[in-house]
Amino acid sequence: MSSIARDTEKSIEGPPGAPAFLIHNEGDHVGVAVQDVEPGPAVAVYIDSDREVPIEVIEAVPLGHKVALAALPEGADVVEYGVRIGVTRQPIEAGRLVHTHNLRSARWQTSV
Amino acid sequence: MANQRLTGYRRPDGRAGVRNHVVILPVDDLSNAVCEAVARTVPGTLALPHAYGRLQFGEDLDLTFRTLIGMGTNPNVAAAVVVGIEPNWTNRIVEGIAKSGKPVEGLSIERFGDLNTLAAASRVAQSFLQDASEIRREPIERRELIISIKCGESDTTTGLGSCPTTSEVVDRHVRDGGTVIFGETSELTGGEHLIAARCVDDDVRGRFQAMFDDYFKLIEESGANLLGSQPTQGNIRGGLSTIEEKALGNIAKTGSEPIVDALPPAVAPTRQGINFMDSSCAAAEQITLCAAAGAAVHLFPTGQGNIIGNPIVPVVKITANPLTARTMAEHIDVDVSGLLWRQYNLMEAGDRLMEVVDRTINGRLTCAEALGHREFVLTKLYRSA
Repeated sequence: MSSIARDTEKSIEGPPGAPAFLIHNEGDHVGVAVQDVEPGPAVAVYIDSDREVPIEVIEAVPLGHKVALAALPEGADVVEYGVRIGVTRQPIEAGRLVHTHNLRSARWQTSV
Repeated sequence: MANQRLTGYRRPDGRAGVRNHVVILPVDDLSNAVCEAVARTVPGTLALPHAYGRLQFGEDLDLTFRTLIGMGTNPNVAAAVVVGIEPNWTNRIVEGIAKSGKPVEGLSIERFGDLNTLAAASRVAQSFLQDASEIRREPIERRELIISIKCGESDTTTGLGSCPTTSEVVDRHVRDGGTVIFGETSELTGGEHLIAARCVDDDVRGRFQAMFDDYFKLIEESGANLLGSQPTQGNIRGGLSTIEEKALGNIAKTGSEPIVDALPPAVAPTRQGINFMDSSCAAAEQITLCAAAGAAVHLFPTGQGNIIGNPIVPVVKITANPLTARTMAEHIDVDVSGLLWRQYNLMEAGDRLMEVVDRTINGRLTCAEALGHREFVLTKLYRSA
């Protein structure tokens, strides 16, 4: 078991030249980490346009988790895939992790 | 390889299957023990134990009957032995399966006991198994097959990679004249307008919307906090934050073709193309309903690593999560994690999946089949009497 445990603890790094984040659509508010990303400068790529953009990441974003591409005020709609995925629970700075602690469903009122 | 000739088993009703199972089907929970004993006595037959079938009524009972009959008539099944506690409901299942023209026989336990039933059912099972062993694979057309789709333990890599890859195969299958079933009603929340817009006409759109609204009402009126259930704890661990985000990833696997029908659970599609089926998002329930509707193969994108299988339908797992591909390789039939790092494009990922689907149709066992995953779960609509 110990070797398995070590394997799952290893951070996921993409090959050289791989982006840190993918963004579904131009206009989205979040990008998805496609490797484990540490704070610092990183590259994100839009899937729909192939456009590359630099991002300053201010906290660790694990593989599969989202980063804010711009500052978002409290109660703002958050867009991914070009569609609203929820509303912010609090203001979110650009470069911050976006997840259940600062984003909630806009549709299921009791799932908070 | 993507254009290799496809083979399958021709059934008396003309349908084509990709597996050749002889199933031992209990009508109710009480009959599981005998059915499992028959499958041990006649190795090569397959028992389908489940938890229900007693004191159900109304729509819930209808769904159980429809599901059990559908499992027996699924083209991956060569023949069925049906065992129930009493003869009346047993005969209803037998008569339903008999309409497909395939060999089926029913036995009931009352006034015989488990041991006499075991002997009688085993004799029938042996005969069916020997006859099924002579059914040969023959060439089939892709358009004859129903493919079902459902993702599980999704994460954001599902919406980025494994679902769009599945979408490629869904569109190719539909354009070749095939039929596809998708469902997961509550998991369209936030993207239901995208599905409604793709419905082929106002009749289908109206029926889809009514099914969606009914599920939405059930969830909102429960007053429950679904975080941890839907999205699941695994979804959240993988980075999904809300039902809307999960829904958009889910919808990413449904291709781009018009939605031709909105089906009640476990009802076989009659229209070629992609069909919506009202269903739970729990993997075993949804795949069971699709199997009962006649699906021959199931495509299952996963992020965090749902390990689901089905007793009669091969379940092909696709992941784009490199951690899952590395740590759970024995469950993953197709690894498309290179999509995340833009090492190849969606077309190429679709080709890879298509090749594995074709090999699966032609008899290659999926990971879930090889590991013995046979999750068979009836959908229960409400409490029994």
